[in-house]
Amino acid sequence: MQTSRQVKTSNGVRRSPMQVWKEHKGKYLLILPFAILFLVFTIIPVFTSIVISFTSFNMLEPPVFIGLRNYINLTVNDDVFLIAVKNTLFFALITGPISYLMCFVFSWLINELSPKVRAVMTLVFYAPSISGNAYMIWKLIFSSDMYGYANAWLLKLGFISEPILFFDKKEYVFPILVLVQLWLSLGVSFLAFIAGLQNVDKSLYEAGQIDGIRNRWQELWFITLPSMRPQLLFGAVMQITASLSVSQISIELAGFPSVEYSGHTILTHLHDYGFIRHEMGYASAIATVLFFIMVFTNIIVQKVLRRVGA
Amino acid sequence: MNSLPLAIKKVYMSRKFKRRNRSMFGDASLTLFLGLFGLFSVWPLVFIINNAFKPLNEIFIFPPKLFVQSPTLTNFQDLFIIIGNSWIPMSRYLFNTVFLTAAGTLSSVIIGSMAAFPLAKYVFPGSKTMSKMIVYSLMFNGTVTALPNYVIMSKLHLIDTYWAVILPAAASTLGLFLMQNFMVQIPDALIEAAKMDGANELTIFWKVMMPLSKSAWITLIILSFQNLWGTTGGGFIYTEKLKPISYALSQIVNAGVARTGVASAVTLIMLIVPIVVFVISQSNVISTMATSGIKE
Repeated sequence: MQTSRQVKTSNGVRRSPMQVWKEHKGKYLLILPFAILFLVFTIIPVFTSIVISFTSFNMLEPPVFIGLRNYINLTVNDDVFLIAVKNTLFFALITGPISYLMCFVFSWLINELSPKVRAVMTLVFYAPSISGNAYMIWKLIFSSDMYGYANAWLLKLGFISEPILFFDKKEYVFPILVLVQLWLSLGVSFLAFIAGLQNVDKSLYEAGQIDGIRNRWQELWFITLPSMRPQLLFGAVMQITASLSVSQISIELAGFPSVEYSGHTILTHLHDYGFIRHEMGYASAIATVLFFIMVFTNIIVQKVLRRVGA
Repeated sequence: MNSLPLAIKKVYMSRKFKRRNRSMFGDASLTLFLGLFGLFSVWPLVFIINNAFKPLNEIFIFPPKLFVQSPTLTNFQDLFIIIGNSWIPMSRYLFNTVFLTAAGTLSSVIIGSMAAFPLAKYVFPGSKTMSKMIVYSLMFNGTVTALPNYVIMSKLHLIDTYWAVILPAAASTLGLFLMQNFMVQIPDALIEAAKMDGANELTIFWKVMMPLSKSAWITLIILSFQNLWGTTGGGFIYTEKLKPISYALSQIVNAGVARTGVASAVTLIMLIVPIVVFVISQSNVISTMATSGIKE
């Protein structure tokens, strides 16, 4: 992840823990408060969950160790899970890259405005993320009767003769979820990009102009993008986790279970086993599988991003 | 809503100052694109604002109208009457939320940044492992860790205290990861120079790293604030007088369909503070690198 660690301190010689501590005491002390909290509130719960994934655990009786059976059931016996994986990957493949591009393009476009105007414009684009469950508005738009905005307009313009049951037809659910997710996409990465763009060294642009950069696109590719590689990496991780963990909008808009599992994702599957059936062992196995899918995606995406502007 | 003309004006004004590599056609079409998409994004916000001022009959009109026809303050008046009858004074709930938000945000920014600095700028035993664990921990879904988390909290006797909200916020991996990615960009020469002057790591962190990563921690403040302001205590707080305001307000709203008007007022009130914080903070996201004055 870190590419610019020029301040190297070690010379490759093995030293005792005491010497290491003495040499890096300041650094370890700075990390310590976070490290303790991280251990208690993240590392221990995650490892506990991974251990639980090898058990059968219904939250009432003590967990029983069953080895890999959860994972075997998941991949061999659970047809619905395979639908969920297919939906999730397909969904992420569409929304992930588009959201990522949108975050960048919009932050890049509003970057040139003065700070106050930029703040307001950022709010405008960030509005779907700040207004809580504002995506419920889409339920209104795609309401199944003639009063839903989409149906009302389609009827008025004569494209259809009777209202479409948007959330009850397999072929509509998925595209609507994609649309809503894209609408929600200007979130954390968007804000990180805006902050990152501010930190690009302005003198590089002047130097670039002398070196023959003639339009904003060349400027973008040769100066802006390489200068904000850390933010791009950050945004990628955010986008990967967001686009692979869609569940809330699917449950709220398409209902649960959605018609013919058309809006079923890995996380709605987890929701099913975790909250409805209380099979925590199985739910933990689902979370672990999702975890490895994300890690794998991340490795690929980071490789691609290293080529930007190169 | 009126962001479009504003943006056009601003872009053309800024043309005077920045004449490099920009074409008029490019500016105009990009502004148009921004404006159109802006309308698309901002309309739930407009809807929420308008809804709060609608009388009941307009709220229930179907199909719903975006703009209020005859604005009224009834919803707010009703809300204040209900608040006045509250068992625990509303000011207490408000205090809880303000305290939780302030303490959680402050500790997450400071603790996260403190750890981000060594991880971003030095290599030492354990640093790579820690960085990797931080990224990967962002990818493990919170639903299944909720159960072990609760057990840990209860073992540490944190349940039903403010700490149950503050400590997990302070342990925000996202915050650390954000700070780390911004601190990587700060020139090593500055750190070296400070070291020459005899500064230790803590001084370098406070005097060099934090001022230069201002836009990053402001962004972190926005995210953390937004998160904590809406917290309902996450099932960890049971004592009524320790509960945050969003919990109290959601109780009012949940009392039934008769409270729909009040609910729209509540939505707006809960949204105003994060929006104000957002706009003020966001306009402080400004270049800090230019002042470093060091060429590498």
